[in-house]
Amino acid sequence: MAGELPFEKPLVELQDKIKELRRFTEEKGIDFSDEVKRLEQKAKELAEQIYGNLTPWQRVQLARHPERPTTLDYIQLLFTDFIEVHGDRLYGDDHSIVGGIAKLDGRPVTVIGHQKGKDTKDNIKRNFGMAHPEGYRKALRIMQQADKFGRPIICFINTSGAYPGKAAEERGQSEAIARNLREMATFRVPIICIVIGEGGSGGALAISVGNRIYMLENSYYSVIAPESAAAILWRDSSLGMRAAESMKITAPDLLALGVIDGIIDEPFGGAHRDLIAQATAVKTVIAEQLEQLGRLSPDELIQDRYEKFKRIGEYASL
Amino acid sequence: MLKDLFGKKRKFATVPSETLARVPASTDASKEAGTKEKEVPEGLMNKCPHCGTIHYSKDLEKNLRVCKGCQFHYSMSAPERLQSLLDEGVLTEEFDANLIASNPLGFPDYLEKLEQDMANTNLNEAIITGEGLLGGNRIVIGVMDSRFRMASMGSVVGEKITRAIEQAIERRLPFILFSASGGARMQEGVLSLMQMAKTSAALSRLDRERLLFVSVMTNPTYGGVSASFSSLGDYNIAEPGAMIGFAGRRVIEQTIRQELPKDFQTAEFLLKNGQLDMVVHRKDMRQTLSKLVEMHTSREGVEIWQANSPLKSH
Repeated sequence: MAGELPFEKPLVELQDKIKELRRFTEEKGIDFSDEVKRLEQKAKELAEQIYGNLTPWQRVQLARHPERPTTLDYIQLLFTDFIEVHGDRLYGDDHSIVGGIAKLDGRPVTVIGHQKGKDTKDNIKRNFGMAHPEGYRKALRIMQQADKFGRPIICFINTSGAYPGKAAEERGQSEAIARNLREMATFRVPIICIVIGEGGSGGALAISVGNRIYMLENSYYSVIAPESAAAILWRDSSLGMRAAESMKITAPDLLALGVIDGIIDEPFGGAHRDLIAQATAVKTVIAEQLEQLGRLSPDELIQDRYEKFKRIGEYASL
Repeated sequence: MLKDLFGKKRKFATVPSETLARVPASTDASKEAGTKEKEVPEGLMNKCPHCGTIHYSKDLEKNLRVCKGCQFHYSMSAPERLQSLLDEGVLTEEFDANLIASNPLGFPDYLEKLEQDMANTNLNEAIITGEGLLGGNRIVIGVMDSRFRMASMGSVVGEKITRAIEQAIERRLPFILFSASGGARMQEGVLSLMQMAKTSAALSRLDRERLLFVSVMTNPTYGGVSASFSSLGDYNIAEPGAMIGFAGRRVIEQTIRQELPKDFQTAEFLLKNGQLDMVVHRKDMRQTLSKLVEMHTSREGVEIWQANSPLKSH
């Protein structure tokens, strides 16, 4: 099994052992079938034990899994006739955010998402899914076009955060994110956001002001990457695990905090284990929600989005 | 660690000698600290962290907390800021002063820290909002106070700003916000992040109503505050030398592994890069804001133009 995570190791070792015994049976003609059966049962139990009780930190690792399906994977499986568009018309084309128009069950929609690379070369091109201002401005341009032509907007969120670099600051990282937040609040079309992997701080939020926000079961959404939180709170970035546990960043946490509208189940062991099943589950949610939001007028959509965010937050009165 | 302790201290206006005395004699910081201890009697005087000029605290306050030597702008508390700007020096009406933070994530020590800051600042949270008069014109104003949890934005700050904007819309008044913030409040996690979207959505309504929003960034304005309402002014103004940015300097240096220019993320750097309309000295702030408000609220002026506008007949 490629790309195994540390907590999956006992299971992988057990599965390897089963494979070995099978081979032994074939090669030497000695019958180990009882032993294989016993181990298979044990592997099943172990898998249930591991994947049924994932800790927040383990979910973070799954969200960052190198084989985790990306925005382009979902676009390919969910939509037809995808036409990718490029550039912010101001500075450049940021490959860490992709977007364009496509058809969902025959109807045109606008799709946008953070794009992580599939290998090292691709990751360098995609800047590991961390956008510069031109990425957010490209996304804004594409969304404004969706608004103009009355197409729903689907956003896939998967970034560890906005890129913390010199050029990004010089070109107005803050302003680019802020403007998206304000403008997304004004669009007269339905906006559905799905966190498919990492929902890292302002970089994630910049394309997440939706009428509906869903998270995949093993994704996370946080004000700051757990390692950075640990660096700030305890001056030690190696305490990322502790930060992940205490900051309430998993899908069930966000549902409980009233930030998201629902959780999309993942196949056993994570989205990358069964891309088709995962894409089908995502599509079902998008189709259902578009159906619901389609009944709202443009003004109601704006109002719905405003109220959604107005409700978020917890405080008390003296 | 001790260096950090020392660096932190320099952000504050006064240099209490008792804290300095705690620095052990064996550290690098002790020499400098030792000298300071001798030079600056507790509470009475201040030594400018930039040029070393020593001020009597009273003189510094009279000078709007600006160093006479190098024009370094010290932090101002929210009440001090209101005092320096508004007619009569106070709000005519304060909004939502009773809102206080809860501990939604059950974060250890958070409530204790809040209580400490409440006691030290006499504020319930990191921002004061309300209505006041500026140069005779009614405005809605919000002022963040960095003494309270580094004026980080949690649920209360986000809610108070949102409600202030809603009040500006209801009363049809201009909105002015003075930012000073380390960013989102870690202890409220993702709820803090969402306040960025909430406040920005409120500003989209203000925008739609064609009402004025002036954002004034003071030292420091970072992270989630910089990347939401602070950057969305019809006019973006900053005080001289204010540090403004999305990511912190150290994080960027670690990421790109190069040294950054000295003026990186200063107000002047942002002005040069096209991110600000102007950098305004504190002594000119009141007049600049009054003028901006006056030019956007004088209905007479607007109507004169509309009456003469060729577009009007269409």
